[in-house]
Amino acid sequence: MAAQSGNVDPMHQFTVEPLFGHDWAIAGHSIAFTNSAAWMAATLVALWLFMLGGMKRELVPGRWQMAVEGFTGFITNMMDTSIGPKGRRFVPYVFSLFMFILFANILGMLPTALFGLHPFTVTSHLTATGVLAILSFGIVLVVGFAKHKLHFFSLFIPHGTPWYMVPLIFFVELLSFLIRPFSLGLRLFVAMTAGHVLLEVLAGFVISGANSGSLALGPIVVIPSFALMVGISVLELLVAAIQAYVFALLTSLYLNDAINLH
Amino acid sequence: MDAQSAALIGAGLAAIGAGMAALGVGNVFGSFLESALRNPAAADGQQGRLFIGFAAAELLGLLSFLIAILLYLKAA
Repeated sequence: MAAQSGNVDPMHQFTVEPLFGHDWAIAGHSIAFTNSAAWMAATLVALWLFMLGGMKRELVPGRWQMAVEGFTGFITNMMDTSIGPKGRRFVPYVFSLFMFILFANILGMLPTALFGLHPFTVTSHLTATGVLAILSFGIVLVVGFAKHKLHFFSLFIPHGTPWYMVPLIFFVELLSFLIRPFSLGLRLFVAMTAGHVLLEVLAGFVISGANSGSLALGPIVVIPSFALMVGISVLELLVAAIQAYVFALLTSLYLNDAINLH
Repeated sequence: MDAQSAALIGAGLAAIGAGMAALGVGNVFGSFLESALRNPAAADGQQGRLFIGFAAAELLGLLSFLIAILLYLKAA
């Protein structure tokens, strides 16, 4: 998707460039501090400040404390419904996962481009979301095998399957289990990327319409495109929250599979 | 037909799947709303399953979008 001169390239916003440390490397792989790492650090700082501001112990909570407790209560509730009491030890992990993805998604939607700093969505790369998905799946595997040893494989054979169906059912269930990390990471990645590409394409329409100089066609292109951009930005904020929730919800469901074996 | 044109046409055809995903996701939320209006008290308890259904429907649509992107990037 090369950009022609004067046209907006919708994929340029996803380029990862090193900011400093261009020649840092481990075993031949560059570990330069990239713009992606900078935005991850910004997500961490924003999340830290948010939690710090709300982790007071006032009996009658103020608004900030209520917001933080709202998030923690929401995740704890979700995990209690999905897993039950045995899932309490995983609440810190799922909460961190949910809040990181939520803040990363929302920071990518900030209008800081007005001041010259174009936002970068950390979760718009399959590498980032894939690592989060592999982390969740890895925890599921470790917990499942540590708790049930080889009985973990009974997860793939539901109760009451007739004996002649067992090999086929086992294979199909195993396939559907192994595709989980891929689907987790892919879902978040494509949702974020598609939204941002759409916004950039509409922005290209606005710019071309405004630059055309034609007083008749210009407004016809610019005004609907800009209205669509505003509407889709609101939708993207909703999608950011929903995708973070879906990631956390599916992680807790997979953990339920590992802990409670149906 | 050369491979590049074929890949571009394939990308366009694969994007039809994204439209079908819209039907699927609309189906999930529509069914939820329809039954929630019949039984509002039971609606809040099923919200989790609503989002699980949405995630599954959306994922399959996003898979077809992924195929379209792969073909488009291969062609251009």
